[in-house]
Amino acid sequence: MAKRIEVENLDVYYGSFKAVSGVSLVVEPRTVTAFIGPSGCGKSTVLRTLNRMHEVIPGAYATGKVALDGVDLYGQGVDPVAVRRLVGMVFQRPNPFPSMTIYDNVAAGLKLNGTRNKAELDETVEKSLRSANLWNEVKDRLGRAGTSLSGGQQQRLCIARAIAVKPDVILMDEPCSALDPISTLAIEDLIGELKEQYTVVIVTHNMQQASRVSDRTAFFNLESQGLPGQLVEVDDTETIFSNPSKKATEDYITGRFG
Amino acid sequence: MSATSTTLAAPGGGRRAKDAAIRGLVYLSAVVAVVPLVWILVSIVSQGLPAILSAAWWTQDLAGTTDRKAGGGALHAIIGTLEIGLVTAIVAVPIAVMGAIFLIEYARGTKWARLVSFMVDILSGIPSIVAALFIYTLMITLLGLGRSAIAASFALVLLMLPTVLRSTEEMLKLVPDSLREASYALGVPKWRTVVDVVIPTAFSGIATGVILGLARVMGETAPLLILVAYARNLYLSPTTSNMGTLPTMINSGRNVAEALPGYERVWGAALTLIILVMGLNLLARAVARASRLKDR
Repeated sequence: MAKRIEVENLDVYYGSFKAVSGVSLVVEPRTVTAFIGPSGCGKSTVLRTLNRMHEVIPGAYATGKVALDGVDLYGQGVDPVAVRRLVGMVFQRPNPFPSMTIYDNVAAGLKLNGTRNKAELDETVEKSLRSANLWNEVKDRLGRAGTSLSGGQQQRLCIARAIAVKPDVILMDEPCSALDPISTLAIEDLIGELKEQYTVVIVTHNMQQASRVSDRTAFFNLESQGLPGQLVEVDDTETIFSNPSKKATEDYITGRFG
Repeated sequence: MSATSTTLAAPGGGRRAKDAAIRGLVYLSAVVAVVPLVWILVSIVSQGLPAILSAAWWTQDLAGTTDRKAGGGALHAIIGTLEIGLVTAIVAVPIAVMGAIFLIEYARGTKWARLVSFMVDILSGIPSIVAALFIYTLMITLLGLGRSAIAASFALVLLMLPTVLRSTEEMLKLVPDSLREASYALGVPKWRTVVDVVIPTAFSGIATGVILGLARVMGETAPLLILVAYARNLYLSPTTSNMGTLPTMINSGRNVAEALPGYERVWGAALTLIILVMGLNLLARAVARASRLKDR
């Protein structure tokens, strides 16, 4: 549970286009790290290399090293499917499986990987929904469609689904950008609780959100359109928002660009 | 913009007349398109209804009767049509669905996908009689097998395959990539994602396509005329060389004089075929509705 991520000299390509260049950073266990930066700077791309989800896009590949507690995720013989069991992901838009009930959505990761034991599934579903602060709202209608919930509830359902497979790391790609402020608050509170057990990395466009939920913040930028995105600096969130060491970071967080 | 196009005055008489003329033409076309359908339905229902209202129609075959003798029913042809349709579906559906999965989930955008897609397009343009003659050449001339119900099924497979493959393909395309990604992010392998996430999401659409494809081939006649002999008795084995079906029952009675009992049976067979096909269409709708989860 909760592992340390080390990224060294990571380059990411989409075909011949270099999207991200030379990223190195460390994410400590049981912390929340926020990736911020203007659109197109590669923060989501870097996030997706942390569980090899970028490989879903044809032609995408990464060079460099991403290690989880010292184990290189891009090493010889490493199965991307196995990587994603350790590093879960929550997406921008809530995406519960429409063919499944609330219960089955949460149990999906276990069921589709072969768990048949009813008692174990029941326990995991309840525990995961409780961890996602959704249990009290849905405990009487676990048999209803996951898509019958509101947008904010659906996103918490997706978080419950992600933690049900007991990952070490949870990646969140702008998890609140499709939600209203109250649902956003619920998710932010939840992120604060999740970091007691997991390593959390979150991409966000909302700088207040980054300052509210994260311990560390990484600022990404690109010099101009068509050039690869780069990591400008990564530091404690307080430092980034009060006294960043790079001019570009200060310009971005004070709203001078982006 | 010119000054005339911005005037708010009512259109002149010329434009009104043109509008009325085109409007009339469009309405007339709609009526002309519907008239044959209504005509066919009315004549078939009115002439076929007496035959199918008797219990014997649904429980007896035509063994021992002739066109001059009343009695008997269409059980042999109903069973034949359903059986040949079922065998066709059993062979065609797995190939079509797996072919569509190959095209959408595994080979999307590759040259293999384009090649297979092109072949499917050609196949869907093949007339039913050509499919029938192809199977005749293959199974009867080349392999030396006799005519049989299953040979007719194989010819119908060639007709059903492209339609079901295309409709399944469209349904798989409608499944958003975000669901596939959500599944991969749980550490679910690709094949399980396809089987347990993509197919259930598209299930009602796929099932609808299958049923409509089946309804489409059940009315085909050419393969049945060429590949299996019409029988007035009920035969059940798919390898039998004689099997009655509704289209060939209609065909066999097409020269019967109007005063004879056999004449009424031809109309009855036509109505029965329409009822079967309509029933399948309704079933397709019911499946589409029933497989949706609650609250959706």
